[in-house]
Amino acid sequence: MTASTLQAGSQSALHLGASGRRRLVDRTMRSLAWLSFLVALTPLVIVLGYTISRGAKRFDLRFLSHSMAGVAPTDAGGGAYHAIVATLEQVAITSVISVPLGLAAAVYLTEYGRGWLPRAIRFFVDVMTGVPSIVAGLFIYVFWVLGLHQGFSGFAGALALVILMLPVIIRSAEEMLLLVPTALREASYALGVPQWKTIMRIVLPTASAGLVTGIMLAVARVIGETAPLLLTVFGTDFINNDPFSGAQSGLPMFIYNQAQQPYQTAIDRAWAGALTLILIVVVLYTAARLLTRRNLLAGRR
Amino acid sequence: MTLLGTAPTEPTAPTLAGRKGRGDMISRLVTSTAGVFVLVLLAAIAIFLIVKAIPAISKDSTSFWGTKLWQPDAEKPTFGVAAIAFGTIETAIIALVIAWPVAMAVALFVAEYAPRRLAKMMGYLLDLLAAVPSVVYGLWGLIWLVPRMKGIQGWMGHHLSWIPLFKDRYAGLPTRSPFVVGVVLAIMILPIISAIIREIVVQADPAQKEAALALGATHWEMIRMAVLPPSKSGIIGATILGLGRALGETIAVALILASSFVINWKILEQGGNTIAANIAVQFGESNATGRSALIASGLVLFAITLIVNFAARLVISRGNKGRTA
Repeated sequence: MTASTLQAGSQSALHLGASGRRRLVDRTMRSLAWLSFLVALTPLVIVLGYTISRGAKRFDLRFLSHSMAGVAPTDAGGGAYHAIVATLEQVAITSVISVPLGLAAAVYLTEYGRGWLPRAIRFFVDVMTGVPSIVAGLFIYVFWVLGLHQGFSGFAGALALVILMLPVIIRSAEEMLLLVPTALREASYALGVPQWKTIMRIVLPTASAGLVTGIMLAVARVIGETAPLLLTVFGTDFINNDPFSGAQSGLPMFIYNQAQQPYQTAIDRAWAGALTLILIVVVLYTAARLLTRRNLLAGRR
Repeated sequence: MTLLGTAPTEPTAPTLAGRKGRGDMISRLVTSTAGVFVLVLLAAIAIFLIVKAIPAISKDSTSFWGTKLWQPDAEKPTFGVAAIAFGTIETAIIALVIAWPVAMAVALFVAEYAPRRLAKMMGYLLDLLAAVPSVVYGLWGLIWLVPRMKGIQGWMGHHLSWIPLFKDRYAGLPTRSPFVVGVVLAIMILPIISAIIREIVVQADPAQKEAALALGATHWEMIRMAVLPPSKSGIIGATILGLGRALGETIAVALILASSFVINWKILEQGGNTIAANIAVQFGESNATGRSALIASGLVLFAITLIVNFAARLVISRGNKGRTA
């Protein structure tokens, strides 16, 4: 019998014996749990609802197709085109670096790793998920912008984001690879296929849906990072579509800069930017969720 | 996606080893290099920050640890982390005090009380709550929450002012205080704490749970006896991790808190600053010495969060070891 059926039984029959005080405590705790559920959801609903209602005012074609070049904080026009393009470029570069690196590390941990080294890597990957994003930005500033004299650029920002994205990718990919049944691997070995080919042809394709989900969630995580960009991309009001040279903008940085202005016109732009960013994140999240449903391995845990 | 190291710690061992050839040697080399890269990266962060921070600290005309001011670009550089380190820890603790009980209850709700479909949906919504960018929380906190916290802060300032912490000379005015920042940080760290606690709590031994129920325990008594005790170290670890997140949060704090370099014990009153927010705000306007000084403060933040995360992961992995044995 499962715990849940027993629970149901215990509530009706067995509990008649329980004293009133005990039952009261039980009821109170149950209500508190339900209450906390509502308490936790309230900010989500308010933040999303408020962002949509305030952001809709400036979320138009002009906003999506114009930069802030020559637009004063008090002007009503202007847009986030330069920031949106820059963010997409930066996140694309981040993914191009982090995904292969992260997948390779995860393959090592699940397929080859034995002994102290993988244990150490796993531990420090976990520790790395807690590195504050501003510290990642500082490091790239010191190492890349100052140390290698590369100057501020979208690419420097992408490097900072790699530090934040890598541990997330490794963790989720490792999890997905562990779900691939050992029997599949053994069947391949039995046919005389070498291990590396087994990994490439059997293990990775079997886990592919889960891997893609993990990557999308990781992208959603880093796309809203502001702090590291301030120190590496620096920000500009002008369009700079070359991520490899010169300061760029970025959607989160755009929101931050507009939000600091004491003018309603700038605040309206900040909200429109927030709405854009949230839309991107929600689309990524929902797509990742839908993909999970189609995942062959989803039910295996 | 798991947020902690509860995945089986040993990889699935292939009983039949595949044929080993040159391809395997290469693939093993490539993948292990990628793994080692993570270790190198973490070490590099520490080394580069230390190397850059030391000259800045030595230029400081006063004590780096004791000074509250932040004027590194002045003729006589005067700066120190006393005030900003205090503010960092202060806001993080406020956030934890607010978030922890709710996170705990949410985790138990999802694991124990919620109908299965609701629990699944809740997982998605909590993930989404975690994915809302911090700059959006900052904007929302500044525009929506600050004026609306006026009532609560005023009430606390009037009725709880006998507690020194809640003394508020300006009770009733909207303030960009450490307390409001704490509330926003609490919302931001709630999902991560509750997700990790949930993952730990669902691992409780079903046999023990059923035994407790069979002996006539109420649902809550069952949770107290069979679910919480074995999860204790995991819950502690999750709590410390949440603290680490709050310590490092930058942009939301930078937008909401009215920055000033004071040690502000009166959490309802405007003022205070955090290490991370100070870096974000000052970086653009600083020159060379100023930026080195910011890097030095960043090193302090990195050290604090590293210790906190290290401790949390150690506690969690200890707890897991005890459980599987």
